[in-house]
Amino acid sequence: MNEQHVAAPTKWQDEVFDLLRRGGVTQFAYVPDAGHIILIDRSLADPDVHSIALTTEEEGVALIAGADLGGARGVLLMQSSGVGNCINMLSLINAGRFPFLTLVSMRGDFGEGNPWQYTMGQAVAPVLQAVGVTCLRAETPDEALAAVSAALTMVFQAGQAVAVLFTQKLLGAKRF
Amino acid sequence: MSSSANDNSASEAPVFALDRREALPALIGRHEDFLIVAGLAGTARDIAALTENAANGFAMGGAMGGACMIGLGLALARRDRRVLVVTGDGELLMNVGALATIALPNPPNLSIICVDNGHYGETGYQKSHTSLGTDLEKMAQGAGIKLTRTVQNAADIPAGSQFLRQGNGTVFLLLRVDTGEPPVYKRIWDPAVSRAQFRAALAAK
Repeated sequence: MNEQHVAAPTKWQDEVFDLLRRGGVTQFAYVPDAGHIILIDRSLADPDVHSIALTTEEEGVALIAGADLGGARGVLLMQSSGVGNCINMLSLINAGRFPFLTLVSMRGDFGEGNPWQYTMGQAVAPVLQAVGVTCLRAETPDEALAAVSAALTMVFQAGQAVAVLFTQKLLGAKRF
Repeated sequence: MSSSANDNSASEAPVFALDRREALPALIGRHEDFLIVAGLAGTARDIAALTENAANGFAMGGAMGGACMIGLGLALARRDRRVLVVTGDGELLMNVGALATIALPNPPNLSIICVDNGHYGETGYQKSHTSLGTDLEKMAQGAGIKLTRTVQNAADIPAGSQFLRQGNGTVFLLLRVDTGEPPVYKRIWDPAVSRAQFRAALAAK
């Protein structure tokens, strides 16, 4: 997971974590991912949240539905490849009208050097939209913070399912 | 308690003989003791009939493989309540990695019953892996869940019922049953209705 990124500034990710916490999010579910490393580490260091390591991303979809049944708020942190693992489980969110928030670190996108990443990277938005998840793309730190802020309102006030896509223009492409 | 339970059950040959319509209600006892998440198909009918669609239950009708993780999210959200997942062998096999995910936080207010009839009842009773050598209690142990037990004889049900209610860590109980049909009961099919009912009842307390 020790990846080097072209773009260095990461302060915005600390601000994203603070936004999520102010928004009442207490369950952070993730599969280890370099793009989300600050959010994951912040969640692990926060004694007031549950930081849940998953074996596959679809577990996080079900976890968040369970959190909602108990009146808690969760977020799923995943890479674009993980979106494909979630599709049928998202029928729980869609049919049950569960609020659902996911932050997706994109691969197979701007400047990607690994051909394996393009299939899911390019499919993320169309497949999520096909199962009822609204996608918000962020290409700069300002856009990322605005999108997360907007998503918190859409999800936890309006009960929507929203994915914020952190593009590779924002995160930087992995070097091989 | 866990090690002796493990030793006893691991040495027994699989017996699929109990009637789920008797064994499961006896094992669960007072269903109001739990917030219940049921898997799809058979276990959804088991729980709908047992609770008469009460608001302490949420039963799935799709999204196969999600029951245990819904239980985890709920158990972490409500540490003041005991959460019971009741799922089948097929549903659990579809996302068996969830047992490893659950073993890490190991919430003491979560218990899982896997009703194992060794078959995919909903699709015509094709044999599942558990009829052919897979042991889900051993997989739960291997995932890191310390408190595990198999119940396959009627005499073991009272101790199993107590085992579900202990508070030292997440409990996994494999209930082996025959291929008899689950109860016939008109369950709630709309998960949005079930969600609203479940949340309203919890919020009212």
